[in-house]
Amino acid sequence: MLILECPYCGVKAEETELTPGYEAHLKRFGPGSSDEDFENYMFARKNPKGVHFERWRHAYGCGKWFLAARCTATLEVFGTYPAQTSEPPAEIVAKIKAKRPDWKGYK
Amino acid sequence: MSSRLAKGGRLIDRTTACEFSFNGKRLKGYKGDTLAAALLANDQMLVGRSFKYHRPRGIVGSGAEEPNALVNMGTGGRFEPNQRTTTTELFDGLTSTSQNHWPSLEFDIGVVNNYAARFLPAGFYYKTFIHPRFAWKHVFEPIVRQSAGLGQVPKERDADRYEQAYAFCDLLIVGGGIAGLQAALTAAKAGKRIWLVEQTAHWGGRAVVDGVEIEGQPAEVWVNATLAALSKMENVTIRNRCMAAGSYDHGYVLADEKVADHTPGDGRPRHRLWRIRAGQIVTATGAIERPLSFAGNDIPGVMLAGAVRDYVINFGVAPGDRTVVVTNNDDAYRTAIALKEAGLEVPVILDARANLTGELPAKARAMGIRVEAGKGIAKVKGGKRVTSVAICAQAGQGAVLEEISCDAVAMSGGWSPVVHLWSHCGGKLNWDTAKAHFAPDPARPPLNHDGSALVVTAGSASGHLLADEVLADATRAVGGEGAPSAKVPHEAPIEAVWVMPQGAPVELRAKMWLDYQNDVKVSDVQLAAREGYTSVEHTKRYTTLGMATDQGKLSNINGLAILADSLSTAIPQVGTTTFRPPYTPVTIGALAGEARGEIFQPLRRTPVYDWHMAQNAYMEPVGLWRRPYCYPRAGETHEQAVHREVLNTRTNVGLLDASTLGKIIVKGPDAGKFLDMLYTNVMSNLGIGKCRYGLMCNEQGFLSDDGVVARIDEDTWLCHTTSGGADRIHAWMEDWLQCEWWDWQVYTANVTEQYAQFAVVGPKARKLLEKLGGMDVSKETLPFMQWADGVLGGFRVRAYRISFSGELSYEIAVPASEGRAFWDALVAAGAEFGLMPYGTEGLHIMRAEKGFIMIGDETDGTVIPQDLNLGWAISKKKADYLGKRGQERPYLASPDRWKLVGLETLDGSVIQDGAYAPAPGFNANGQRNTQGRVTSTYYSPTLKRGIAMGLVKGGLSRIGEVIEMTKLDGSTQQVRICDPVFYDKEGEKQNV
Amino acid sequence: MSKIVSALNGAKFDGFASIREIGPVGMITLRAKPDVVGLAEAVTAVTGTPLPALRRIEIAGDKAAGWMSPDEYLIVVPYAEVAGALAVLAEKLAGQHHLAVDVSDARAVFRIEGDKAVEVLQKLAPVDHATLEPGELRRTRIAQVAGAFWADDKGYTLVCFRSVAAYVMGLLTHSAQSGSELF
Repeated sequence: MLILECPYCGVKAEETELTPGYEAHLKRFGPGSSDEDFENYMFARKNPKGVHFERWRHAYGCGKWFLAARCTATLEVFGTYPAQTSEPPAEIVAKIKAKRPDWKGYK
Repeated sequence: MSSRLAKGGRLIDRTTACEFSFNGKRLKGYKGDTLAAALLANDQMLVGRSFKYHRPRGIVGSGAEEPNALVNMGTGGRFEPNQRTTTTELFDGLTSTSQNHWPSLEFDIGVVNNYAARFLPAGFYYKTFIHPRFAWKHVFEPIVRQSAGLGQVPKERDADRYEQAYAFCDLLIVGGGIAGLQAALTAAKAGKRIWLVEQTAHWGGRAVVDGVEIEGQPAEVWVNATLAALSKMENVTIRNRCMAAGSYDHGYVLADEKVADHTPGDGRPRHRLWRIRAGQIVTATGAIERPLSFAGNDIPGVMLAGAVRDYVINFGVAPGDRTVVVTNNDDAYRTAIALKEAGLEVPVILDARANLTGELPAKARAMGIRVEAGKGIAKVKGGKRVTSVAICAQAGQGAVLEEISCDAVAMSGGWSPVVHLWSHCGGKLNWDTAKAHFAPDPARPPLNHDGSALVVTAGSASGHLLADEVLADATRAVGGEGAPSAKVPHEAPIEAVWVMPQGAPVELRAKMWLDYQNDVKVSDVQLAAREGYTSVEHTKRYTTLGMATDQGKLSNINGLAILADSLSTAIPQVGTTTFRPPYTPVTIGALAGEARGEIFQPLRRTPVYDWHMAQNAYMEPVGLWRRPYCYPRAGETHEQAVHREVLNTRTNVGLLDASTLGKIIVKGPDAGKFLDMLYTNVMSNLGIGKCRYGLMCNEQGFLSDDGVVARIDEDTWLCHTTSGGADRIHAWMEDWLQCEWWDWQVYTANVTEQYAQFAVVGPKARKLLEKLGGMDVSKETLPFMQWADGVLGGFRVRAYRISFSGELSYEIAVPASEGRAFWDALVAAGAEFGLMPYGTEGLHIMRAEKGFIMIGDETDGTVIPQDLNLGWAISKKKADYLGKRGQERPYLASPDRWKLVGLETLDGSVIQDGAYAPAPGFNANGQRNTQGRVTSTYYSPTLKRGIAMGLVKGGLSRIGEVIEMTKLDGSTQQVRICDPVFYDKEGEKQNV
Repeated sequence: MSKIVSALNGAKFDGFASIREIGPVGMITLRAKPDVVGLAEAVTAVTGTPLPALRRIEIAGDKAAGWMSPDEYLIVVPYAEVAGALAVLAEKLAGQHHLAVDVSDARAVFRIEGDKAVEVLQKLAPVDHATLEPGELRRTRIAQVAGAFWADDKGYTLVCFRSVAAYVMGLLTHSAQSGSELF
């Protein structure tokens, strides 16, 4: 059972205080978008064995959504950060690259 | 025979006797005994029957590894099957019975399976599937069902309480032997917050039994001093009788504390499940001895050598008068020496190794014990008890050299580190050829959240079997220096022995047990290998090796060594099966904790809940809410009550507790823009004081929730959601506001529970409110689909003119704390108007009579608003709303989609719930084609006939058409497609 | 005021710790970002306390202000003073983007008191009490429901939703049974 530190309230929350929100950094495609873009937005989800970016909500705590970068194989957490961003912060990317030299980036 | 010795027994208190019973026999033991020790003291070696062949089973071990000695414990509300006698502490009044036999332990009919063993080979269960279908149903399934299950299922409600608790520490140390104690002391001195748990009631592990000296004194002195030191330290928490069951991600460990197993009924919780979060875990879990595979190694009286000396030294119990020791290592000599020192006979020690160079064999010889090198057991003789052993050369095929009479055999095939907690979350193992066991590979530990090692091992759990190495390793494990010294005799290396004798023919191999509980023999694993099972995981399932309640603590290593040999490969190539929690079984009560009875679930209650209960309302679950379904009067069925409530509401006035309805405040400069994205229709232009029905869809365009929105002021809206949907929709709103439109200025607040909300419904609703007095509730001042704040009967209220029944209707909200008083006032004032409360079923019928949809009835996650003829509630002007793009997918515009219609039978009867409309022909799977289904179906007391709504291909274009719909008895009935609005089509009644 | 009834009408239990349902207690959910002009003054005006810092609750007699999230505060005042407090907030924060709403009736409030009161919470919430700061307001999970608690020198105040008050009372009663002390 994971522990993730909520970047808003600083609580090191265990998984039972959180609700999962699956893949992070999805770009919404609304009316006028192509079938392919909409399909990718709606259905095409990454399922990597390795570095992954996820949405979590501190549901039983401060109620805020945050994002987490972790390794799905070892459960190592590289960092958590606020949801108000469309891409991972540079320091987290740097940390992942240092620990996982083969990592190809979040896209 | 087994018996109590005249003296000795470091754990028992001979001044305190405990009476207990086994299969009705009244027996005596001492305080400090385990049940197994007390049974042996009473010469009760035979304690059960094996699962498959019903072979007689005796006590083999002395701890958590025991596969055989499982009993039904207790009676009535404290009855529990499959309790291990070797870990059950004796108490006065304990009752136990043996398992898996009929009619009695001594005479068991099921033993015929034993004689039919050649017809019940490995994979018997799977092979039954190969036979013709009828054979499984009529022959095999009844047989398998009859014999399935070990022990009996408790029939009464558990009399005990259980609880859970959370604990946090820097370091959790599992195991209270010398390794665990040394690690704890070392780390505690460094200031770390420590938890130390030990599964038994006692500390010191094997060292205190095996005569180890630490710092020049008996190990027990050091153990007691260390324990005393730890107990005084504020940063240390110590728990015995506390079994760490499993280790999980990021240092989460479940530990089952058996608080009152040994003091039943003393008012304490029976078990407490600790949910421990540790910065790091140290496993000082020791090692488990392996049996040797020789013919007849399952006959009662054949025991693990370490267990034999546990009984002698800890409990003053002799498992036998004449005990033959058989081994491939030096450690088992300790048993022979202990037996001899206790005055018991050891006719011979059979050592499979040809050269014996260790100090312990020398000591045994010096004590006058006969030691035979290079020898083994060809066969153990006996039925329900060992009578003799036949000796052979280990190197040969089992030619009998000599037969020696004895009543017990102490065997040792070497020791395997307990690696369960290391392996649970991914720690890897190495095969240590010299020690003939798998041990944790420190280079490949399970990882913590920061990538560091989550688990480190200490002592025998690392593979160190000698006390001096154990203490040094435990000190190192926690980063300390300077371990206490320990004096241990030199031990010569073990020699791996997987089959005894080495060249045993099949007659012998078919009598060599690997798994005592599930009856898996050496020959079964070899058969599986011949039949093509090369994976250890497959072999496990095929043979059931290691699948019994002991999860292979004794059998797995021996089994996979046999498999490796059969496949002519090396043991590391075969590998181990996966270790999964729990380490030993955890009773379901502990896992449930407090969650049973009244607090099994957080049932949600409205402020009027007590009134409903006092009125004998029949309650139904709506999410976690409990709502009145109807209020039956004396002599009424639920159906009659529902019909009365509907008719009364349609003719007089009804009262509904609608407090569960979701209420979410949405406020801010961008609130209107936000709601326009959330709802399919426009909410930003709703006038202040007005109400509007709205639909919410998910991004695929499918209906998710509905409700009435009220505009409160310039930048505030109140959104009603379905009763089950409030939390979900609030979370949905926050998701979009936080993660997508975070620059929009909108705040939300879920105020569902702030208000008690009651629907006052029916032609006399206005008269009732006017009688209460206060605000103007006339049509002119408060018309349909408007709301107003005011006072009614002295209560602060907000009244909404909205209707889910088609009648004149007010939904009135008051602060929840005043809800009960306001309800009482309505009931009192309503008496003269014939007011009756109505429940959810009446609500459903009335909305169905009006053709109103219900989320979850007419929708199922694949229905778009257009399917429900709700196109009028979808804005054509808006460039975007959640679900708009999804609804543009071409297949959702197909004329073949099933759309909402009314349905009525030709004879007025009620269509059955779940009925489908078949269509001609069959699909690719051979199933009937369908063209629609019913979604809501009721008897309408208003119209005195059945009414229904459904989704039918072609929808309203087929009005008037008669189709077939299925019935439960397999027949069909004729149903006419009609307008879904059955009552007051013009809406005259609600708009008055 | 007799028509105003708290969720459990003052239910009590005495075990190794004493449990009391108290209330009704006046509570306001105030949503605003800390940088809103006049926010601290507005909060002080209704509670007499400073604006609470991250995860803190500031208490002044029967009033308090707690930090709930980066844009949410819990205002505690006597039940009868809620309307007045809302009016003050509306006046002081006029023109500023905020939301202040009465949630007094949506809550149930419990007191847990006694030397071992903390052990009741240790059985129900995944919270490491050793890491809590003085005056910390902790929002968490109480068995299967959301809750929040804070400590003072006599014990703990626990807040949950009103509809599950009976469930939470059941949890507290179960956890405070004499003989089930943890340490």
